[in-house]
Amino acid sequence: MLALVANVAQAVQPDEILQNPALEARARAISSNLRCLVCQNQSIDESNADLARDLRIIVRERLQAGDSDKQVYDFVTERYGDYVLLTPPFKPATWALWATPVVLLGAGAFIIHRYLRAPAPDGTLDDEDA
Amino acid sequence: MKKFLTFLPLLIFAVIASYFYLGLGRDKDTLPSALIDKPIPQFALPALDDASKILSRDIVQGDGITLINFFASWCVPCRAEHPQLLALQRMQDDLGLRLIGIAWKNKRDEAQQFLQELGNPFAITLHDEKGRTGIDFGVYGLPETYVIDQAGHIRYRHVGPILPETLRDRILPVIKSLGAS
Repeated sequence: MLALVANVAQAVQPDEILQNPALEARARAISSNLRCLVCQNQSIDESNADLARDLRIIVRERLQAGDSDKQVYDFVTERYGDYVLLTPPFKPATWALWATPVVLLGAGAFIIHRYLRAPAPDGTLDDEDA
Repeated sequence: MKKFLTFLPLLIFAVIASYFYLGLGRDKDTLPSALIDKPIPQFALPALDDASKILSRDIVQGDGITLINFFASWCVPCRAEHPQLLALQRMQDDLGLRLIGIAWKNKRDEAQQFLQELGNPFAITLHDEKGRTGIDFGVYGLPETYVIDQAGHIRYRHVGPILPETLRDRILPVIKSLGAS
């Protein structure tokens, strides 16, 4: 029953699964982080598209050839660019992307802290605090 | 400080809005090729009409401009762009151009039939049945067309059919600018 539930979100077919469970686990993890370029909001692990299957097979072939995870990712990004990674890489072009949520959160926390610290000028509560 | 805080949300909105505005101008539907200005990938593919003849990227090394078109008989937009490919073939001598076709993930006889039916604009037609060469190029959907310079480097990729406007506004200018250099 659990196996049925777990399989709902994957598109991996029996003939793709590697014999070596450690390699297969790496393949699943890497595939979950690679965007299917046909249905662009799914990973190749989830997508039923033909191209997704081709890439799943290529990921497994590269792992069987002894590539590290990084080498597998490099193989795919050399051909398709960084957009194929579902987790954007951390490089100068994406610093703003990674930093913005943290910066906004920090700025928001700072503003709230200042606002809560300073009482109203006549010492009474604001309308919204009453 | 308080005045600054009053205007801060507006400022943040302006910054984010300008990012979105810049984003509107970009073509979101297609991916830029990761291989621009890089040499075309190595390959070893049989000719479509002669499976015993295996060709590599050496066929592109030459002193002309090459256009590589990935197509298949099952690809409906490929039919729509075929007249433009035939038009390019008619212009090829004037442009210093050669067209190479790669039948991608297509059965040999079906690809051959497609070309027989619609006409064959290609000087050389290759057969990438498993689709691996397409993946090496970064193909993610058909049709895709690559313009390659005299040194064998990819200079432009078009995803989707080459419509008459595409030919006029995008493909021909790129080819002509390569021919002029």
